[in-house]
Amino acid sequence: MNDTPKLKWLFKMAWRDSRRNRTRLLLFISSIVLGIAALVAIYSLGESLTTNIDDQAAQLLGADLALSTNKEPSGDALTLIDSIGQNRSEEISFASMVYFTKTGGNRLAQIKALKGEYPYYGSLETIPLQAGHEFRNQRQALVEQSLMLQYQAQVGDSIQVGAVTFAIAGILEKAPGQNGITSTVAPAVYIPMQFLEQTGLMQKGSRIVYRYFYRLDNPQQAENLSSSLKERFELADLDYKTIAIQKEDTGRSFRDLTRFLGLVGFVALLLGCIGVASSIQIYIREKIASIAILRCLGVRPNEAFMIYLIQIIGIGLLGSWLGAVLGTFIQQVLPVVIKDFLPFDLIVAISWSSIIQGILIGTFISILFAMPPLLAIRNISPLNVLRNDLNQLTSWKDSTLWLIYTITLLFVYLFSFYQMQNARTALFFTLGVLLSFGLLYGIALLLMRVLKRFFPSSWGYLPRQGLANLFRPNNQTAILIVAIGLATSLIATLFLTQDILMQRIQLSTSDDQPNIVLFDIQSHQKDGVIEIAQRNKLAVQQIVPIVNMRLEEVNGHGVAYYRADSTTSKSSRIFGREYRVTFRDSLTSSETIMEGKWIGSYHASSGLIPISIEKGFAERGNMSLGDTLTFNVQGTLMQTQIASLRDVNWAEVQTNFLVVFPEGVLEEAPQFHVLMTHVPSPTVSANFQQEILLSYPNISMIDLALVIKILNELFNKIGFVIQFMAGFSILTGVLVLISSVMVSKYQRIQESVLLRTIGASQFQIFSITAMEYFFLGALASLTGIVLSLAGSWALARFSFDAPFNPALWPVAILALLVTLATVLIGVLNSREILTSSPLAILRKET
Amino acid sequence: MHTILQLQQVGKIYGSGNSKLSVLKDINFSVQAGATLSIVGPSGSGKTTLLGLCAGLDRASQGTVTLQDTVLNDLNENQLAAIRNRYIGFIFQNFQLLPTLTALENVMVPLELRGEKNIRKRSLDLLDKVGLSERSHHYPTQLSGGEQQRVSLARAFSNNPSILFADEPTGNLDAETSDKVVKLLFELNQEAGTTLILVTHDMELAAKTQGIIKIKGGSIEANHQQLG
Repeated sequence: MNDTPKLKWLFKMAWRDSRRNRTRLLLFISSIVLGIAALVAIYSLGESLTTNIDDQAAQLLGADLALSTNKEPSGDALTLIDSIGQNRSEEISFASMVYFTKTGGNRLAQIKALKGEYPYYGSLETIPLQAGHEFRNQRQALVEQSLMLQYQAQVGDSIQVGAVTFAIAGILEKAPGQNGITSTVAPAVYIPMQFLEQTGLMQKGSRIVYRYFYRLDNPQQAENLSSSLKERFELADLDYKTIAIQKEDTGRSFRDLTRFLGLVGFVALLLGCIGVASSIQIYIREKIASIAILRCLGVRPNEAFMIYLIQIIGIGLLGSWLGAVLGTFIQQVLPVVIKDFLPFDLIVAISWSSIIQGILIGTFISILFAMPPLLAIRNISPLNVLRNDLNQLTSWKDSTLWLIYTITLLFVYLFSFYQMQNARTALFFTLGVLLSFGLLYGIALLLMRVLKRFFPSSWGYLPRQGLANLFRPNNQTAILIVAIGLATSLIATLFLTQDILMQRIQLSTSDDQPNIVLFDIQSHQKDGVIEIAQRNKLAVQQIVPIVNMRLEEVNGHGVAYYRADSTTSKSSRIFGREYRVTFRDSLTSSETIMEGKWIGSYHASSGLIPISIEKGFAERGNMSLGDTLTFNVQGTLMQTQIASLRDVNWAEVQTNFLVVFPEGVLEEAPQFHVLMTHVPSPTVSANFQQEILLSYPNISMIDLALVIKILNELFNKIGFVIQFMAGFSILTGVLVLISSVMVSKYQRIQESVLLRTIGASQFQIFSITAMEYFFLGALASLTGIVLSLAGSWALARFSFDAPFNPALWPVAILALLVTLATVLIGVLNSREILTSSPLAILRKET
Repeated sequence: MHTILQLQQVGKIYGSGNSKLSVLKDINFSVQAGATLSIVGPSGSGKTTLLGLCAGLDRASQGTVTLQDTVLNDLNENQLAAIRNRYIGFIFQNFQLLPTLTALENVMVPLELRGEKNIRKRSLDLLDKVGLSERSHHYPTQLSGGEQQRVSLARAFSNNPSILFADEPTGNLDAETSDKVVKLLFELNQEAGTTLILVTHDMELAAKTQGIIKIKGGSIEANHQQLG
């Protein structure tokens, strides 16, 4: 037979051979369906995001060109701002307390004082609709929805911002650049610019951002302007943004999000693929007799291999196609899942390129993972028709097998590289995947061995038989433990990490630790604030002076020098920002000198001012001991020298600083103060805050109870997205479990028949089956929890620098739930074996 | 008449190093085309191993196996597969039908592999000869043991083999069915003029062949063949 008819025959044989196995084959491949669905959904989402960002970039920026600076523009900057055009709007924003006069509630918000017709693209979406425009001409404010809900405020109520009370003109639903996360962390309140002065909030210390939005003749003009004025913008400390830059920035952040989600989906796919490989291995073992017969009849080793390869390609294509269809449906749900991260309306569309990509990846990866068991077909001797010889299946000397393993690893690497566009991160991800799967597999084997070794022999027959079933040949116990364990580990790690962080913050607020921070206290307000604190019987734990300054020179050279000199190791980025610096004569409990000597006081005759800088900051800016730094303190230049490098524990709740001056230098400089105290109860906290706000409206307060609440909300929002994606891995685990039950069905039937023949009751067989899945679920969840505890411990120890006191009860409940789910799925899928008569099953199955 | 199968100094050793096990040693015999021969011996004597070597299912550790003037030792797996498809038919104790193929398809497979035409009709004719034309679309699990063995016979003869190897063809059948299958086997064999090598421990069945080789402990104990 020449090649073409032979190929036709191979297809025919593949089809014929699959006849009684198609349901099983579909079940095997179902493990990858969810992984592909996740990838297609994420890819489609990515494409939709790109299209939407392209379409809505103008609305995201709200203007053709935006300039911003955190320093009040003057001189050149002001000239530049004016020169660009008069068709512009201005926004001044800063954090400040707002006070709802009706309910007496107050909280820190982002105040945005607006002048002009901004936004030029899109709108401030408000209820009522006209409020977005009308508030600008009256003493009215727009208040973000989350704030309105939190303080049960209604349109028409009053809100006090600094010394001015505004009527709430409308509920702000959407503004350019705002999303669910920003509104949780810093809800916005828009006020008309003409009332800003009266609020009295524009004082020294406030971190104010000035923004200028321009409407130009066309967006291209903004591009031309920004490229021609780039140098001047930089010199004037003005950041600029055009629609194209906005598009790029937003696109980049969402690319990162979709890449991350894509990787989570890929983990589900890998898990499914391992499940497929495991199932195919058993499938091929069951096919040995058929393959041997074919070999006897004259089929060559490679032809036998081809028959099953064609089957795998077929089901791989089908599974991937199903996954792609499912993914396209799931994509419709994803905008809801990530809605809090979206600063725009997301309209999803079918992405054919994502579908094709998903089908290709799915087919390729299912072939790749099925290849090791498939390759074994070439080793099946026709002699098997005369006697079974299973040992010949795996040959570690097979170079093709090693080639496949190499290609598989390479594929994982290339895929992650494609996702992350970073060779190093992709390598870490690949190694991480290998390590996690290896660790899970290792722990699974260890636990199985321990259980087998120490299982009480005095226990009854039923649990002993249930346990023994785990070690049945061809049982996919290890892979199931990996699949279920991974899913458990994902959920547990997510929970434990959140718990560690929350504990860390709650610990900081316990006992007498400061739990309320007051900032922007002007020097003349200091005594009054202390008096209010004392009146409320609150101990002032810290009151720290803060001076704003800018870095002008390092070792005698300014920003221009470092920007021009590409050979220098100094980073020019250290120049642009405003530094908040304190002065004192001693270190705090969170500081340790790592290099040099701490000098706490300074005399005019001592030469350069000895300062201490934080070690990480020194490393980032490539600064070292002895370097001279010139600071501009409100127009006065100060020559300083790095006398010491400090290690700072940022996790401690207190004011920490990158730069600390000694006493005797900044006492007379314009400054503001930060005060920290501990309030014993929410009632005292509310009274104290209200009293401060009424006396000193410019002072802002951070209540750590609110921070905890916000963090919890944030975790829930982020956690929801991760849990949604982890759901794919969990469901994949369930599918691997179901397919494993099906794969071992024939063996189970034979066991069941044998047990019934020797007198076992239906209940006893049910108990054995339930026990088997109980042990499986318990081992798997235990494996996952061991891994997640280890991972969370490492995170607590090395990342969060927090004590590790995991909440074991919820973790134990999770383990129990996973175990019960495993028992349920196992028993449900075995019910046919349990309820039918042995003879009926045998007739059907053999 | 020419020699279709010749074994010279054939031996088979399993394992390696200290755990070597010699299953067959110093086997010498030849079979003329068209002859019928039984290989008999007790369980574990090496009959099945010998059958595997003769049919090119396994490789001899020592000596040479020549089938249709081709030395099997020199062939690779693909060449052996081609030899089996071209010259050999098989009948096994446990029938060894492909479970996912119908009776007709099972008979067609060797012909399909050869790329022959009109195979459906030829296969149906063969099934008719074994009395199963009515059950051609049934799967092996839907057939009785005797019926399965008859499909197996049809399949074995489908490619007009030069030599037919039968391994305990009645081992899984009751006496009555055995008789029918054996009768059919010899009828078909005579009709096709095929060489038949039968492995059995049933002396009554062995007596139906022209020659008998007795094996014991991996060596030929007696060779009763009518030469020529």
